[in-house]
Amino acid sequence: MVVRQLDQDEVDRLFTALADRTRRDIVARVLTHEASVSVLAERYAMSFAAVQKHVAVLERAGLVRKKQHGRERLVRGDVDTIRAAARLLDQYEEIWRARIGRLEDLLTAPEEGDSP
Amino acid sequence: MSIVSTTKDPEALTLTIVAEFAAPPARVWQVWSDPRQLERWWGPPTWPATFEQHDVVVGGASHYYMTGPEGEKARGWWRFLALDEPRLLEFEDGFADESGEPNPAMPTTRGRVELEETAAGTRMTVTSSFGTVEQMEQLVEMGMVEGMTLAMGQIDQLLAEG
Repeated sequence: MVVRQLDQDEVDRLFTALADRTRRDIVARVLTHEASVSVLAERYAMSFAAVQKHVAVLERAGLVRKKQHGRERLVRGDVDTIRAAARLLDQYEEIWRARIGRLEDLLTAPEEGDSP
Repeated sequence: MSIVSTTKDPEALTLTIVAEFAAPPARVWQVWSDPRQLERWWGPPTWPATFEQHDVVVGGASHYYMTGPEGEKARGWWRFLALDEPRLLEFEDGFADESGEPNPAMPTTRGRVELEETAAGTRMTVTSSFGTVEQMEQLVEMGMVEGMTLAMGQIDQLLAEG
């Protein structure tokens, strides 16, 4: 599959959204089971309005989507966006993997300027 | 493979890489402290790094640039925050403008390098802490150039050589 690129505003929203424990928990939950905000609110020691706010932050970051299901709106996780977030750290890891490969090369090469 | 582990923490915005080398800490220290050695591995082969200044003292600064395939230059700077030769090296890392002056509009990254002596040589732990996701993206863009494929090829070659 093709993972779409995020622009920088999107990335900022994404990481801001994930910087909160409750929001991470909500994302983890709705990735496997869709749930309405009221059902989600029952699981946390906070008001319905507070949970609704968390869901709104997650929605703006593209981490969850809402869809109409009969009379309720269900929240579900957006897997593509979560993959894109993980991808950034993966890329930085690759930079370091390459550096360490070169470093090892340098450490095993004979030192320049040394006596033979 | 010399890499022992990598840990990514998307909440704290840190990347920790642990690698082991068959060389004593004093030797591994040199690849960080000697600019001529540092520039042989910091940038990928098609974006080599050139350190014009590398003042390895606490509060000291480094100025470097990376030269792209079209001759374009990406400039950066370091400032050393803590040094304990040959065990610890900590620095702030930022972007610079065309004249090499630190660009205050750009957030900075912090790098912490720990070298531990082991029976086989050295265990190196590098922790990169990002101030913001934007900074992380910029670094990825700077580092993730086409030369990366080549760099990865070099690692494969090393592995093949055993």
